[in-house]
Amino acid sequence: MEDMSQYPLELTGPDVPMVRFMNVTKSYGALTVLDSLDLDVSEGEMVTVIGPSGSGKTTVLRMLMTLETINGGVIYVDGKPLTHMEKNGVLVPAGPKYLRLARSSIGMCFQHFNLFPHMTALQNCMEGPMQVLGLPKAEARERSEELLSMVGMIDKKDQHPSRLSGGQQQRVAIARALAMRPKVMLFDEVTSALDPEVIGEVTGVIRNLVAEHNLTMLMVTHQMGFARDISDRVCFFYQGKIEEQGAPESLFGNPQRERTQQFLSAVKAAD
Amino acid sequence: MSYWEFLAQNAPRYLDGTLVTIAQFFLSATLAILLALTAGLMKLSRNVAVRWTAGIYIEIFRGTSLLIQLYWIFFVLPLFGLTLDKFYAGFVAVGLNLGAYGAELVRGGIQSVPKGQWEAAYAISMSPAKRMYRIILPQALLNMLPPWGNLMIELLKATALVSLISVTDLMFEAKQINGSTFLSAQAFGTALIIYYIFARLIVTPFMRWLERVMARKLGRA
Repeated sequence: MEDMSQYPLELTGPDVPMVRFMNVTKSYGALTVLDSLDLDVSEGEMVTVIGPSGSGKTTVLRMLMTLETINGGVIYVDGKPLTHMEKNGVLVPAGPKYLRLARSSIGMCFQHFNLFPHMTALQNCMEGPMQVLGLPKAEARERSEELLSMVGMIDKKDQHPSRLSGGQQQRVAIARALAMRPKVMLFDEVTSALDPEVIGEVTGVIRNLVAEHNLTMLMVTHQMGFARDISDRVCFFYQGKIEEQGAPESLFGNPQRERTQQFLSAVKAAD
Repeated sequence: MSYWEFLAQNAPRYLDGTLVTIAQFFLSATLAILLALTAGLMKLSRNVAVRWTAGIYIEIFRGTSLLIQLYWIFFVLPLFGLTLDKFYAGFVAVGLNLGAYGAELVRGGIQSVPKGQWEAAYAISMSPAKRMYRIILPQALLNMLPPWGNLMIELLKATALVSLISVTDLMFEAKQINGSTFLSAQAFGTALIIYYIFARLIVTPFMRWLERVMARKLGRA
């Protein structure tokens, strides 16, 4: 059993990060996917996670969304534990009610959009604000329409997802996640399922978010050019660990580690 | 006696029987749907005891004959102090039996909703109950409507068994008419046609219509 007294009940001090992974381990049986991961993301920072498949990069986002439980360590969001809650002065694994509240500060967009097919674009965006946050209908609608305008989908607000292209669905999915006013946004390979010609409309929306909003964001992507353009920091994952991280110019321009060099040249060759 | 004369003479009895069959059909269908939803959801519970309770219900009512269940409910339960009127015993037995089949359809329908839908609802912090009835069930319902159409026809035909505990349904009347006229071909042939018309021209078109409505609501039309 891990000694939980080593983890603070709350992070305090002048520079509390928006997200902190502290000694986080994730394994499936004998297979260790993430090994004692330490990672901080500051408020307003855009961090991109890259790496070969199976390196654990998507797992990082799924753990932060609490879609996956962790086997060791603690994740903090905005100074408070996300995966754990306090009981008699120590941290214990969080119960479902605590998790539901804790994860409401996190929004996520998925590779396959996962829009609710029985709702229109607007209803998709209004669902969370009305059913989870308890907003009155008019307010939820106003908020959703504003976001749909921002992602350029207001003209299609009354369409069901089946009538929308992949790029359009992903833009609605971004609006749906933002309608919950999250502090942290997660983008899990949001362009991987898209046709090449519509990737730009989704990356464009994310670019705007980075430029105009002070959201903390974590992104897993295979679009290296995009990652280089918009990230504040890039983390290269290899076999469940951060092999190398740094500003995009240095990591892409002058990678230090051999694994990073190999990965980047393999990606370049594939392009 | 021509068939038309036979029909004219016995029409009131066929009509009475048909009305009883329709009542049995709607009551047992309602019961079956409620039971199927409840047991289907219970089967997916994280609680072992809840899952087992549903499992035992499904096993008993799917694994044994409807006729025996009907006799049990009508003839044996009174020995334990629970007496049901034959009309109630009839639709309760049919509802319990078909509900057990329906429960598996509900469970399968829910499980066929893509994992991404659960995750998307989870990611916006929906409570498990809201996630189920606002996101998962509407989609599951569309998936399971076609097999439910089949089940409803099975259910209609199964109601004929209630005549064996003297519920005066269509089958019961047909037997009575046969007994007094000895015109077996006409007596049972007429019942056959009425069952067929009910299944083919009312139940099936209604289910198809429901599928279309639901598909439209899900934007799949």
